[in-house]
Amino acid sequence: MDPALAADARRERRFFLSLSLPALVIVGSAAILPILWIVRQSFLTTAGEYSVGNYEKVLSSGLTWSALLTTLELSIGTLAVCMLLGLPLALALASARPRVANLLMAFIMLPLWTSILVRTYGWLVLLRRDGLVNAVLTGSGLTTEPLPLVYNFTGTLIGMVHYMLPLFVLPVYAAMRDIDPNLTRAAASMGAGLGLAIRTVILPLSAGGIVSGSMIVFIYTLGFFITPAVLGGGKVNPISIRIERTLSTFQDWGAASVLGLLLLVLLALVGVTFWAARLLLTQNKLGVAHA
Amino acid sequence: MLDAYPENRLALALLWAFSALVLAFLILPTIVVVPLSFSASDLLEFPPRAYSLRWYENFFGSATWMAALRTSITLGTLTALIAVPSALLACISMNRLGGKTAVTLQGILLTPSVTPGILLAIGLFIVLAVQHLVGTLFGVLVGHVVLAIPVACIVLLPALARFDWNQVQAARSLGASWARAIGGIIVPQLRISLLSAILMAFLTSLDESVISIFVASGQNSTLPKLMFLSLRDQIDPTIAAISTLWTAIVVIVVLFVTLRQKS
Amino acid sequence: MKSFPITVESVRKAYGSYLALDDVSLEIEAGEFLTLLGPSGSGKTTLLMAVAGFVLLDNGKILLGGRDITRLPPNKRELGIVFQNYALFPHMNVLANVEYPLALRKIPRVDARRRALDALARVKLEGFAQRDIAALSGGQRQRVALARAIVFKPRVMLMDEPLSALDKNLREAMQYEIRRLHDDLGITTIYVTHDQREALTMSDRIAVMNSGRIEQIDTPERVYHRPLTRFVAEFMGEANIVPPGSVRRIDGVDALRETLMIRAESFHLDPAFAGPDGVALEGVLRAKSFRGENWLLTLELDTRQEVLISVPATLAAGCADLAPGQRVAAFAPAAKVHAIAGAKV
Repeated sequence: MDPALAADARRERRFFLSLSLPALVIVGSAAILPILWIVRQSFLTTAGEYSVGNYEKVLSSGLTWSALLTTLELSIGTLAVCMLLGLPLALALASARPRVANLLMAFIMLPLWTSILVRTYGWLVLLRRDGLVNAVLTGSGLTTEPLPLVYNFTGTLIGMVHYMLPLFVLPVYAAMRDIDPNLTRAAASMGAGLGLAIRTVILPLSAGGIVSGSMIVFIYTLGFFITPAVLGGGKVNPISIRIERTLSTFQDWGAASVLGLLLLVLLALVGVTFWAARLLLTQNKLGVAHA
Repeated sequence: MLDAYPENRLALALLWAFSALVLAFLILPTIVVVPLSFSASDLLEFPPRAYSLRWYENFFGSATWMAALRTSITLGTLTALIAVPSALLACISMNRLGGKTAVTLQGILLTPSVTPGILLAIGLFIVLAVQHLVGTLFGVLVGHVVLAIPVACIVLLPALARFDWNQVQAARSLGASWARAIGGIIVPQLRISLLSAILMAFLTSLDESVISIFVASGQNSTLPKLMFLSLRDQIDPTIAAISTLWTAIVVIVVLFVTLRQKS
Repeated sequence: MKSFPITVESVRKAYGSYLALDDVSLEIEAGEFLTLLGPSGSGKTTLLMAVAGFVLLDNGKILLGGRDITRLPPNKRELGIVFQNYALFPHMNVLANVEYPLALRKIPRVDARRRALDALARVKLEGFAQRDIAALSGGQRQRVALARAIVFKPRVMLMDEPLSALDKNLREAMQYEIRRLHDDLGITTIYVTHDQREALTMSDRIAVMNSGRIEQIDTPERVYHRPLTRFVAEFMGEANIVPPGSVRRIDGVDALRETLMIRAESFHLDPAFAGPDGVALEGVLRAKSFRGENWLLTLELDTRQEVLISVPATLAAGCADLAPGQRVAAFAPAAKVHAIAGAKV
């Protein structure tokens, strides 16, 4: 290769790379550097010495483990309810005429774009002891006493499901909409009933979207802060709340960093799980193709 | 898709009834605050017994709320002005380099969107604290730009993929420098996507609460931070007024984006 | 317009393990209309884009008017390029597209306007100046692209399959117009196409490309009738490659020992048309079809190879009576019989 021409090729490549530089500098210094800093901070005592003291302190505390449990309960609970509500909704939208589906999408886009604080406030108003939901429940005689719907786990879960549902439905809907409608017609022509067609055709073919949606739910809910802070009423304490308390009440940067890393480890575990799920999914598809 | 099952009318009706309930669940909390914001009462009665604009007056008349609004709008504008141009350049770079390099760049630039906000917030808080920058507008701005870059990239990457690169080559062959080709050919043709990216970057900043809660100080509290604090303390109907205004803006933006997709 | 020669010297370009240009050399005279012809993947567009400066070479040199432009960026090369999809700027109207290169050269507005209108007149688009690009037909877009490419008096014109998006009638009209534009301006032109008929119609010379190499570069007549390789013979039209031993001279008895290329339309059924030094072959008629202006006969030789024969309808009085299975002899004049050296059958 002509060295001068090779230098030109390298220069062009460097030019295109350099276009990424501003964005890389910002993301590097304000996202990646801070995360690395958390790692460093987790080994620093308040006196500024390196030790594993923070880890001993945090991991031996019962509060940490109950926070971890709460985090997992919230994430798994949110995912379960999202599936329960979101899969039928996505199926209905995917089978609707495009005009109708587009119109109904507004119901999904509106909350997606609304501030989480606005939405949390709305739930607070709805779920309070003297709120609208309890008024309807007692008014209609379904319950005699107002139900404790907010400032507890239930309220937090409702708020989180409401936040995550649009984000879960979008990829699932996209996957279902891409299924060739002739496939369900073919299944019907071969004698598959509605339930069987959903189980053997629609769900397997939208598995990619369901996996993506589930992963999004986990990524968001593991670190959820606003909803438990407001709707949990101090009784629901996932890791995010513990981090905030450790940082602002106890000024303990080291312990907060350890908790942050715990969150990161959890996230990595979830990432690996979903990566494996996706791998299994593609292998399964190949297996079907060979059979 | 389910047209192969016309005889399962009951099952389909149930599916639609259930879906309608879920859709109602999705918009209920946004809708419910609207009448409350016009209530004349301090109590959150539903439906309100008398109507007034006192909570809107309360909002626009409060120096604290107005300062927060100004801070948020300034932050949103600056965020969009910094995040969108750097995202555009990065997207051009990914579009041209392709292959593993593009995947790596994308992985790095999208990191903030898959990192829990609380993690970014404490990381940023500690780094800024070391530099004595906690409580400055700069600190919050950096945090918001970092969140807005992936948002802008997600809008601009597909738009660039649809863009016909031959046009840049044509401009180059006609004598245009890189800067003129980008400014004169790419930017005007991606203007609608750029406008979407600007809107979404602005909204990302306007909506961001976790970083603001950790990093912003008293004087430059953002609107979401102030809302969060007052939600934690007591349920102030002023927030219903803010929520209503906010929803109105979002409806306009959503309408703009959907209409744009149709045209 | 002043015209410039182009020299391409041992140019090489690889994409990973794929060799797009394999040591290509080429001399184009000032004012010449040269066509790069080949199937897709033959390297013709890569070569054109290398001249344009969009493809960075691994090795070799490109000279324009004797000056080395290999490392010159595209915006400094002063070449007028017509892209396959025209690459007109949809956010500008026709006039703004044509004025664009003039504005870049800081030519005064009045002057630029006059030159742009001149260029539009030259491509017969008077009165279209204020139209939107979206409102133009394919043929009109093609003309705008031409006007934009010539308006700044480029040193060379490069065209990448400019007519491939047009329908057949329009394509033929534009072939004529592009050639006329070239003759008027006297500008050196490199034209890329995969359509051999287009290449034959338009070019001074044709460079036939295959897998990153130039197989032959010659006048249209020689490329068609005197192909150097089997690839060129077959790519240029219905070519019969006849193995050694199947053909004899009309006035002789011994079979010829070379591999021969004989085009379908060179055959006659009457030996009188071929002359005494012509060649003859014989085979069983396997298929015949009437095409309007000609008859197509398929003969199977004794070597089981099939030969395609095209007989003009005016000379084919007997063709209608021929029946499949019948033995038929065909004759071709010596001038139309071409030995391909080293070709494998």
